[in-house]
Amino acid sequence: MTEFSIETQELKRCVLVILHGRIDSSKAPQVEAALKELIAADHYRMVIDMSGVEFVSSAFLRVLISTSKAVRRFNRGDVYLAAMPQRIRDVFDLAGLAPLFKLFDTQVEAVGSW
Amino acid sequence: MEAGKYPPPTTVDELVVSSALDVLPQVIGFVRQASLHAGLPESAVFACELATDEACTNIIEHAYAGRSDGTIRVACWSDGDEFVVQLHDQGVAFDPGAVREPPLTQDLAARPLGGLGIYFMRSLMDEVRFDFDPMVGNTLTMTKRI
Repeated sequence: MTEFSIETQELKRCVLVILHGRIDSSKAPQVEAALKELIAADHYRMVIDMSGVEFVSSAFLRVLISTSKAVRRFNRGDVYLAAMPQRIRDVFDLAGLAPLFKLFDTQVEAVGSW
Repeated sequence: MEAGKYPPPTTVDELVVSSALDVLPQVIGFVRQASLHAGLPESAVFACELATDEACTNIIEHAYAGRSDGTIRVACWSDGDEFVVQLHDQGVAFDPGAVREPPLTQDLAARPLGGLGIYFMRSLMDEVRFDFDPMVGNTLTMTKRI
């Protein structure tokens, strides 16, 4: 089991957020705080690399929805999701979220789209 | 499982935790081990873990309204071709009929943030049953076929 972690990297055209481990409802608030901090620092163009994520609950999906709403305001940005493992994608599909986000197979593709 | 049926007492795994979000990894890990032991395939184990996260979060945030001094009793057992996760709390009575299914087709701007938890529980498990007894409290019984 991978330890839960949040890593952020400021790139030239966007900010990259790399999530690892199990994001249960007790960890989702930490992700929310990290993303809010980025928005507060005027980072609206985000890529979230999900390749190391092993578990998500609806609390994490709510964080994604609220973050996406915040960064899309005034057309100033978006949240691109990269390398989502199939099991996480299944949860995403169950919530009907796949059509509402831009999904990329790899982190490189997602970053390159900004 | 039939309504009101009790588990065979010798084969129940039980865990009692406080009503705080930071107990979730322990509760989910407990259900994971019990469901693996019952012989569920990995996809069904994941479904039980996610349904348990949603159920526990609801108990903590709604039944106990964020108070961490309540208790949650988690019990798991196998009954023939069924694996059962049962959560018990003594918080405020819960009315699942009052929770509407979230609108899954709306665009993002119109998406409400809540309502997904119970929808997930009902989608992931084969049976979800809520019982309330004013003396005993809330009992949530979720069943997954093996």
